[in-house]
Amino acid sequence: MVDGLRPDLAVIAHNIAASSRVLDIGCGDGSLLSALRDTKQVDARGLEIEPSQVERCVARGLSVVQGDANSDLADYPDKAFDYTILSQTLQTATRPDRMLDELLRVGNQAFVSFPNFAHWRTRAALMFGGRMPVTRALPVSWYETQNIHHVTIDDFRELAREKGAQIAQSWYFSNGKQIGATGANWRAEFAVFQLSR
Amino acid sequence: MSPTLASNSLKLAQDLPLDSGQALSGVEVAYETYGELAADKSNAILICHALTGDQYVASDHPITGKLGWWERVVGPGKVIDTDRYHVICANVIGSCMGSTGPASLASDGKPYGMRFPVITIRDMVRGLVGLLDGLGIERLHTVIGGSMGGMQALSLAANWPERAERVLVIASTARHSAQNIAFHEVGRQAIMADPNWREGEYYGADSSPDNGLAVARMAAHITYLSEEGLTEKFGRRLQDRDAKSFGFDADFQVESYLRYQGSGFTQRFDANSYLYITRAMDYFDLAEEHGGKLADAFAGHVMGKGARFCLISFDSDWLYPTAESRHIVHALNAAGAPVSFVELSAPFGHDSFLLDVPALDRVMKGFIDG
Repeated sequence: MVDGLRPDLAVIAHNIAASSRVLDIGCGDGSLLSALRDTKQVDARGLEIEPSQVERCVARGLSVVQGDANSDLADYPDKAFDYTILSQTLQTATRPDRMLDELLRVGNQAFVSFPNFAHWRTRAALMFGGRMPVTRALPVSWYETQNIHHVTIDDFRELAREKGAQIAQSWYFSNGKQIGATGANWRAEFAVFQLSR
Repeated sequence: MSPTLASNSLKLAQDLPLDSGQALSGVEVAYETYGELAADKSNAILICHALTGDQYVASDHPITGKLGWWERVVGPGKVIDTDRYHVICANVIGSCMGSTGPASLASDGKPYGMRFPVITIRDMVRGLVGLLDGLGIERLHTVIGGSMGGMQALSLAANWPERAERVLVIASTARHSAQNIAFHEVGRQAIMADPNWREGEYYGADSSPDNGLAVARMAAHITYLSEEGLTEKFGRRLQDRDAKSFGFDADFQVESYLRYQGSGFTQRFDANSYLYITRAMDYFDLAEEHGGKLADAFAGHVMGKGARFCLISFDSDWLYPTAESRHIVHALNAAGAPVSFVELSAPFGHDSFLLDVPALDRVMKGFIDG
């Protein structure tokens, strides 16, 4: 079941210990959570803003709360989870720095995945086109994108350092495949970080 | 309003201890069931009714002849599928459809009237637990309730955490707000101001406090609807006339509707029961019962054991608004209990839980079957 997941979710699922407690923030239709529950007996919880997605999660027998990650993480006690997961959502947060704090307050470890704004395609679109990039990884025009805080891999590393978060592992993806860490800030469309504090 | 309408009734073997410190003896609990109970008794669903509801969840009402109050949801192949589940719905104590209440006879052979002890939501649930004991049902597959029914489901989960595997709470709250209490007080004062109320001793008299009870129902009914719903249904339209009458007849459709709702209600409900049940709701504060911290009410539901919870609110419900459900979700999260929550969009106000809201059906079915 883990194999059917999006590559960034598959790598997260692979690195989560069995029978742990997990909160997936922005869990969508619950595919990652149900995979974790079914293959790793994880106590899987979710937070999702879209009511129709929550409905799907509930129908899968998952425990998912409708809420806004920008405000409702405050409802969770400290270290309530072994892992918190924020996939492809950091760049949409009102304050990504505060959200990172919350991830590491609520969970012992956090997985964060995001599209890398410093990927060569994005750079090329801006440099040669002179327009805000619309690429495979960032397919929506500037005026309607939910990505209000574009971030690069190097920016994220710097944020983690400022926040005193240790990067335990990181993974990089291009063309839907995992790539090496060398030159990742140029080469990777997406990145996944595993952090702790 | 004869208290002998129930098709099933169980007399509790023991006296029922009450939160007030008193006890009720010889308690009868009237109930209806639908669907077969599995041999291992694992498929029982308890549906808890709201303030003026009753056990006739999916069968015709014996007085009004109307369809059961949740007939839309409960039945073969429906959201709560009676081909799969054994559904139990009981009249709460204090009510008037066969369970012991103020109209029942006390030990002196006369109706209790105002001698009936003031009861709480937890007392109602004690009665329900007594029924489950009598039926030999240790653990429910699901306990479900909307509005006051949700309060009972929460109370069962808090005080008898081992008795239900799933707890589904719709359009409800963990405590009555000042505004909730205020509306109920208007209703009670309307009843008690009716000269036919006679300090509650109207049983057997040739008149009962129907006017007061009707006004109470009218005031309450407004709180069950949304402004948008009322506007859409009635607007400022006039009732059977082309112009205002310059009098105090029901000129507006909304007035006519409320009067109809009020008088219809007096045919099927006892005014004293209305006093007692609204009081029980006003006294409800689940946190207060558990040392002031709502999370402590759910201490029996830590991760991996206890029940799974699902809470549903409606965006147009101003009686028990979404914030009240979120407050419960927050406490369940703090307690580490597995909880789902969704706010659904529906135009009908608090009454949405009784009406046709397809997303409600999908969430309920997903949670119960999941």
